[in-house]
Amino acid sequence: MLDLLAQTGLNAVYAASYISLVAVGLVLIFGVMGVINFAHGELFMAGSYVVVAVYADMHMPFFLAVVVGLIFVGCLGLLMERALFRPLRDNPLGGLVASIGFLMILQALASIGFGVRMEFIPPVTQHVIWLSDSVSIPLARVYVIVAAILLLSALWYFLKRTRFGWALRASAQDPQAAELQGISIAHTARIAMFIGAGLAGIAGALTAPLISVNPHMGHSVIVTAFIVIIVGGVGSLEGAIIASVAYAFVHTFVTTFYGGVIADITGLMLMLIVLIVKPTGLFGSADRA
Amino acid sequence: MLKALIWIAAGAALIALPHGLSFSQQEILVFLTINILLVTSYRLLTLTGEWSLAHVVIMGVGAYASALLTKEFGVYVPVAMLLGGLASALIAVILSLPLFRMKGFYFLIGSFAAGEIIRLLWKHFREPFGGAKGLKGIDPMPDFSIGIYDFDFFEPVSYFYFAGLIVIICMWILWRIERSPVGLTFHAVHWQDKLAEASGVNLRAYRTLAFAVASGFAGIGGALLAHYIGTINPGSFDLDYMVFVLTWAIVGGTGTFYGPILGCVVLTILNEIVLREMGFEQMRPLIYGAILIASILFLPNGLESIVQKFTRRRAKS
Repeated sequence: MLDLLAQTGLNAVYAASYISLVAVGLVLIFGVMGVINFAHGELFMAGSYVVVAVYADMHMPFFLAVVVGLIFVGCLGLLMERALFRPLRDNPLGGLVASIGFLMILQALASIGFGVRMEFIPPVTQHVIWLSDSVSIPLARVYVIVAAILLLSALWYFLKRTRFGWALRASAQDPQAAELQGISIAHTARIAMFIGAGLAGIAGALTAPLISVNPHMGHSVIVTAFIVIIVGGVGSLEGAIIASVAYAFVHTFVTTFYGGVIADITGLMLMLIVLIVKPTGLFGSADRA
Repeated sequence: MLKALIWIAAGAALIALPHGLSFSQQEILVFLTINILLVTSYRLLTLTGEWSLAHVVIMGVGAYASALLTKEFGVYVPVAMLLGGLASALIAVILSLPLFRMKGFYFLIGSFAAGEIIRLLWKHFREPFGGAKGLKGIDPMPDFSIGIYDFDFFEPVSYFYFAGLIVIICMWILWRIERSPVGLTFHAVHWQDKLAEASGVNLRAYRTLAFAVASGFAGIGGALLAHYIGTINPGSFDLDYMVFVLTWAIVGGTGTFYGPILGCVVLTILNEIVLREMGFEQMRPLIYGAILIASILFLPNGLESIVQKFTRRRAKS
C-alpha cells in the first residue's frame, strides 16, 4: 500500500511538472495581453510535433529537438501577438474567437502534415530508476521534472530580478501607468507571448515521447490548464504552480483509485467550488477580478 | 399587404428549398434548422450579457431526457420533446444557483465546468445514460399523413418540414419574448444593471429566467436532433460543438435577432457545402479557422453590420 502511494506520488510529481509549465505560460499571456489563449493546448501539440519532425523523422538528438520546439512555438506566439492579439486589443471576446480560429488552423496543419493517427516516437531512454522493489520512475520522466524545475526557476529569476521582468510585471499590473513610465507595452507583450507560448511548446516537446501525440491532444491540455489557473487565481504565477501540484496530486490519486472519468469530474468540481467560494482563486488578489 | 406577400413567398421558398438539394445536403439542412434554434436561443442568454459554455450540453440534456422518456416509458415522441425542453430548463435553474454567483469571464469558465461535469456523468453512468457509447436506437418520430403530404421521418425532407415548423414556432416565441417588457428588462440587466437594480429589478431572477428559457429551447433543439439521428453519446455535445455555436453567434453578431442566424447559415453553408464542393476535405478546418480570424479582424461587429449598412442606406435615400 505504501509502495502504491509512493508510486502514485511520483507519477503526480511528473504530471505537476508539465502541467505547471503549460499553466504558467497561459497565466503570463493572460496577465500581459488580457486574453484567454484558447489555442494554448495546440501550442503544446505543436511542440510535440516538432519533436516528431526533428527527433523521430530526421534523427537529430532529442535535446536539439526540444530547443527547436521552444523556439518554434515561441515564434508561433509572436505570430499570434502580431496578427491576432494586437489588432484585437480592445476586444477580449474577439481575442477568444481569433485564438479559436488559430487553434483550428494548427490542428488542421498537424493532420495535413502528419496524418490524424497517433505518432510513434522512439523512446529517448529506456532506463528506469528503481527506488525500491516496486517503486520506480523512468529516466525520461525525471528529465521532464528536472527541466520544469530549471525553467520555472529561470522564469522566476527573470521576472523578479531583471529589468525586463520588472517591466513585464508592471505592464501586467497597470498597462497605462507602465507606459507612462516609458515601458513599451508592445515590447513586453512580445516577450510575454514568446515566453508563454515557448513554455507550452517545450512542455509538449519534453513529454512527446511519453504521451500519445495526435492532432487533438491539445484539448485535454487546455481543460487542465483552465482548471489550474482558476484554482490558482487568474493572473497569479505562484498560484498557478501551487495549483498545478495540487491538481496533479488529486487527479493522479483519484485516477489510480477510482478511474479517469471520476478524476476529471473531481477536477472540475474543484474548479467550480473555487469559483463559487472564492472566484479570484486561492492566490489571486481581489482587484484583478 | 406587401409584408404578407413576402412572408408567403418566404414560406413557399422554404418548402421548395430541400427539393433542389442532394441527399447529404438535405441532411445538412436538417442540422442547420436545429442549429438555428440553438443559436437563436443562445442569443436570448447573451441579451443579459452572460456568455455560457454549457449551452450545447444543456441541449444534450433535452436530447437525453427525450430519448430516455420514449425508450423507457414509451412517451409519445412530440410530448417527449416538449418534456425534454422542460428538463433542460429545470437543469438550467438548478445550475443557475451556483453559476449566477459569477459574472463575465468567471461565468464563462464556471458554465464550462458545470457542462463538462454533466457530460462526464453521462459518460460514467452506463445505466441509464449508456456510458461513452451513449443511447442507440432512439425511437424516430412516428410517421403520419396530413392528406396532401405523407410524412416519412426517415426522409430528411419530411423531417426538415417537421423540425422547420417547430423551430419557426419556437423562434416566434423567442422573438415575442425579446420584444416584450421582459425582453427589454434583459437588455437593461446587461447595459444598465445598477440603474435596473435601483429601479427594483431583481437582476438575479431575470438572469435565471433568461438562462432557463434559452436552455428550454436548446433542449427542444436537442430532442429534435436525438429523434432524427437516432443515436446520441456524450461526444455529440462536446466543446467542439459549443465552439461552433459561439463562433456562429460572434461572427454573425449578437446586436440583432437575425445576427446569430446569419452567422450560423453563412458559416454552415461555407463550411459544409462550398468548401466540400471545392474539394478541400482536409483543408476545411484550416480555411474555416482563417475565415473566423478574418471576420473577427475585419468585421468586429459581425455579419449583421453589413446588413445594417444596406438597410440604413435605403432608409436614408
